[in-house]
Formats: sequence, C-alpha cells, structure tokens
Amino acid sequence: MAVPIGYIARNLVARRLTTALTAGGMALVVYVFATVLMLAAGLRATLVSTGQPDNVVVIRRGSVTEVQSGISRDQASVVESLPDIAVAGDGMRLISKESVVLISLPKRSTGKPGNVTVRGVTAAGLELRPQVKLVAGRMFHPGTSEIVVGRAIATGFRGAQLDDTLRFGSREWTVVGEFDAGRTGFDSEIWGDATQMLQAFRRNGYSSIVFKLADPDRFDAVKTELESDPRLTIEAKRERQFYADQSQALASFIRVLGTGISIIFSIGAVIGAAITMYASVASRTAEIGTLRALGFRRSAVLIAFLTEALLLGLVGGIAGLVAASFMQAVTISTTNFQTFAEIAFSFALTPAIVAASLAFALGMGLVGGFLPAARAARMKIVDALRAA
Amino acid sequence: MTPLVVIEGLSKYYLRGDQVIPVLVDLSLEVAEGEYVALMGPSGSGKSTLLNLIAGIDKPSSGTIRIGGIDIAALSDAELALWRSINVGFVFQFYNLMPVLTAFGNVELPLQLTTLSRPERRERVEAALALVGLTDRAMHLPNELSGGQQQRVAIARALITDPTLIVADEPTGDLDRATAQEILGLLGRLNDELGKTIIMVTHDPKAAETAHRLVHLEKGELVA
Ligand SMILES: Nc1ncnc2c1ncn2[C@@H]1O[C@H](COP(=O)(O)OP(=O)(O)OP(=O)(O)O)[C@@H](O)[C@H]1O
Ligand SMILES: [Mg+2]
Repeated sequence: MAVPIGYIARNLVARRLTTALTAGGMALVVYVFATVLMLAAGLRATLVSTGQPDNVVVIRRGSVTEVQSGISRDQASVVESLPDIAVAGDGMRLISKESVVLISLPKRSTGKPGNVTVRGVTAAGLELRPQVKLVAGRMFHPGTSEIVVGRAIATGFRGAQLDDTLRFGSREWTVVGEFDAGRTGFDSEIWGDATQMLQAFRRNGYSSIVFKLADPDRFDAVKTELESDPRLTIEAKRERQFYADQSQALASFIRVLGTGISIIFSIGAVIGAAITMYASVASRTAEIGTLRALGFRRSAVLIAFLTEALLLGLVGGIAGLVAASFMQAVTISTTNFQTFAEIAFSFALTPAIVAASLAFALGMGLVGGFLPAARAARMKIVDALRAA
Repeated sequence: MTPLVVIEGLSKYYLRGDQVIPVLVDLSLEVAEGEYVALMGPSGSGKSTLLNLIAGIDKPSSGTIRIGGIDIAALSDAELALWRSINVGFVFQFYNLMPVLTAFGNVELPLQLTTLSRPERRERVEAALALVGLTDRAMHLPNELSGGQQQRVAIARALITDPTLIVADEPTGDLDRATAQEILGLLGRLNDELGKTIIMVTHDPKAAETAHRLVHLEKGELVA
C-alpha cells in the first residue's frame, strides 16, 4: 500500500530548483565516474582490437612488450620453419620478423616530447594487419628510408606529416604516407622497412615475430611446441591477448584512481542529497501527518521518501551519463606506462559503464535519503499534524 | 440507537520533563451511530486531544475507546493505520490537502490503500466531487482553489472510503461566515442523507447549533 509515485515525482518537480541543484551535484560525480571508466574501457578496446584473432605474437620469454623483447636471427629461423604458418594467395608465408624501437617526438599540442613506437615491418607484416589502410600518400618502398605514419601520429606530433623528414637512428626518413588503423594501437605507430630499421638501429636480432595460424585451433599446440623447444627462449601469445595484456596496468590505474576520486566527491553529493531530503521532510511535516492519518503506514512514508531520493539520484545519474556520452567524440593520447609508448584512444561508453554509473547515482540517492526518510517515518502523527 | 463510540475511564497525560500534565482525566462518553456531536470548550481544554484519540491517531494513557466494538487502544500501529483507512474520515482546520495533487488526486489518495481498480476509483472520486459540487474543479491544484473549495475537497476525501465516522477539528475555523455556513450545510447533509456519525470540534456557537448534541470540555473533563 504505497504512496502513489505521481505524488512523489510531483514533489520533485514542485521544488525544481533545489531538485536541479542537488541532481546537478550528483550528475557531476557521475560524470567523473563514468568518464574515467570510459577512459579505461576505451584504452582496453583500442588495444584489444589492435590484435587479429588468429595472429600469434612471439617475444622473448619474460618480456611484456616488444621493445623489451629480443629474438636472435637463429631463433627467428626456427620459428620461421613452423609448418603451421598460413600462406597467402600469392604463396607468401604470412610471418613478419619485426623490429620495434621507441623514438621521441615533440607533441603538437604542448611541444613536449612523447615516445613513439617505430615498427619495421615486412610485406607479410602488412598482410597480417588488414585493418591498416593508407589514407594519404603511398606505402614505403622496401629497401629505402621511407616511412608511413599512423593517423594519431600525423595529427598528434610535429614534423610527422606527409613529406616531412624525421631524423632517428642516425638517418633521415621521409614520410611518404599516412595510414588509418581503425582506432587500434597501430594508429600511434610509425612503420618502415624492417631491414632498413635493423641497419639504422644497428640491431642483430628482431624484437618480435608475428605470424598467422593456418588453423587457428592449433594455437595451443603451436604454443607448446615453441615454448618447449630447447633452442628457443621465447613465448607465444595470441595477438589479441598480447595487446589486451598491455592495457592491464594503465586501465586499472585509471579505474582505481577515478573510482577513488569519484567516491570522495560522492560524499559531497550525498550530503547535498541529505540536506535536500531533510528540507523536503521538514517542509512537508503536515503532509506526512496527513498521509499517516489517512492510513498510510510508517513503512509507506519511509518508502515514499526513499523513492524520492532515488528519483533524485536517477535524474542526476542520467544527466551525468548524458554529459559523459559527449566525451565519446574525444580522443586523447597518453603514455602507456607498460610499453612507455604513446597511445591514442577514445572514451568508450559501454552498457556495463551505464549500469555502474546509474547504480552509483542511485546509491548516492539512497544513502543521502536514508536518514531523512527514517525521520519522516518515525514522526508521531499528532506532532506532525501540529506542524501545519 | 446503538452506540458507535464508547469511551470509558479515558485519561491522557503528557510528560514535560518530570512533570506530569493531565490533559484528559477519567473521561467517559458515548456517541450513538448516526449522531452529530459538537465538542466545545476553551482553548487548551483537550478537545483536539480527545478527537485525535477517538480517530485513532493518538494513544490514551489509560482507559478504553471502543469504536464499533473494537478497542482501538489495543491495536498495533499497522492495525490502527488499516482501521483508520476504513473507518475514519478526517476534516482539518487547514484542509491538509497535498499541494502537488489536483482535487481529483487528493480525493483519490485514500483509495490508493484499497484494492479498487483505476476505473472504480475514478467513478468514486467523480461521485464524491459531484456531491461537494466541485466536478468542474477536479483538475485544479489546491492553491488554485478558495478556502471553502479546498475544505469541500477535504470533505470529499473524508467521504471517499465510505467511513462510518467523520472527525472534524474546527472545520470552519479558517473560513468566513458565509463559507462556513456552506461547509456546515455539507456536513449536515453527510449526517442526514448519508448517515455518517460526525464529531466536530468547534469554537463557534453557530456551528455547534447545527449539531444534534453539544458536549462541553472543561480542563479535561466533560461538563453537561
Ligand atoms: N505533545 C504535547 N506535549 C505536551 N503538551 C501537550 C501536547 N499536546 C497537547 N498538549 C497540551 O494538552 C492540552 C490540550 O491540548 P489540545 O490541543 O487538545 O487543546 P484544544 O482544546 O484543542 O485547544 P484549542 O482550542 O486551542 O485547539 C494543552 O494544554 C496542550 O498544551
Ligand atoms: Mg484544538
């Protein structure tokens, strides 16, 4: 036997300024909470989609990133001899021995240096990443000091635009093309010819080997074969897993920090909600007495005020989420401290974040509304009626 | 006529610090079914206290209050709430309407505690509003109505669950003479035509005249 919801909602509308201000405070907290989670989700989505499902990355055992890894030419030959490597239509085996180094470039926005991943790839390496598409200029010619840059590099760094020359590895490199990697981690990379890169950086070995499995179901068998070979000190991961693992540390750092900040902010919002609800109870004391006289129980009064506080939270939650949803249009670039390389990614609003944000908002309403609602429910009818 | 209300040995004390303040002292009273009683007395004599006890929104310190054979002082909070929703209609001096609800919504409110369907509720509310002559004001908010109109909405609300007993605490206390007469006329009709038992607290001798019986309260005791 509940107080009608229309009565509860109309009271919020009747005090629209207070309602808006209180819900606004909660909206702000939800906005922070949601955008932070969106940041972590965006980072993860970007890195996960960097990998292809049936590609395998081989790196030196114990290294998390390609930059830390090193694979000698001898070991590379052993990997290359695997029979499980897919073959393209033109007979090319889809395996790419790559070199990955970090160079420092000035950011366009601040002029401060940022680490950029430079990858030496082979023709097969391009085949292995079908999501990478040239959007300007042309592909580098093998055997030359030509490079192509990812979209996020072209837009985010100075001197990395088409026809610019970049100096690294004691050479001048000409930017001959720009590619779009479909919002994956490759958007934040510079690519050139693998052999040229090895020469320029005076490397004897490769950083990583990427290949495509002829039969994706053979991954476990291939992994066991490679990792148990006494000549090899390497580990093999599905490319998707490899990149997902790279998002772990930064994503959880963002999540923990953001959630912590949101919880601290939420104390303010909860106090705001409590003050608003206390005022609501105080100004409606006679109404509470009347409701009780008419036969509404203490529990109905408690539920009515809790519902009012929950609605307040819901309004704040929705407003905060709407504001946060606009952040999806924003791309940011920061250093992934697992790889030490810049990575560009967008805020991603997922259903899980929507649910978590609304739950957070409702939680704030519930906590803020509890004591005022309990006070309303505890009142004696005659005392409440006398407040008229 | 059978008595609807039987009060025996009723006392009500308030505690202020360690001081006991007697408000009602060993009071006995019977009200017959269908009777219209006016309760008068000086300010602070305990009229509202007595009315609140009869209406089941306050608990006596001692004594019994039987209404329709039920000892309401023995009921729990929840039982009493249910009992009130079925048996008592309230009319207050300051109307006590919900400001955010329309006249219709206010009259419908007690029916939210019943199992009546929406169309059944609508039918009843429309009938009650017609009875108090406010059909054309159904969708108005209380602050769009005059005091007399608001009190008529409150009377419709008091009637809506068809209770046997209607309690009114100074129902004309905030109204001018002409409007007060209208409200008293309406209460008279509820008693006459619908057979409601009415207990009304009033300071106004003219209002008291419209009742069948006059009960005087003086310092917590009845004087004939
Ligand atoms: N909660 C309370 N605590 C202490 N004293 C109370 C309380 N409620 C009422 N009283 C006292 O009980 C006495 C009777 O109060 P009551 O409201 O019943 O008087 P009344 O006859 O209705 O007066 P009025 O005509 O002014 O409305 C008063 O002296 C009042 O101060
Ligand atoms: Mg009184």
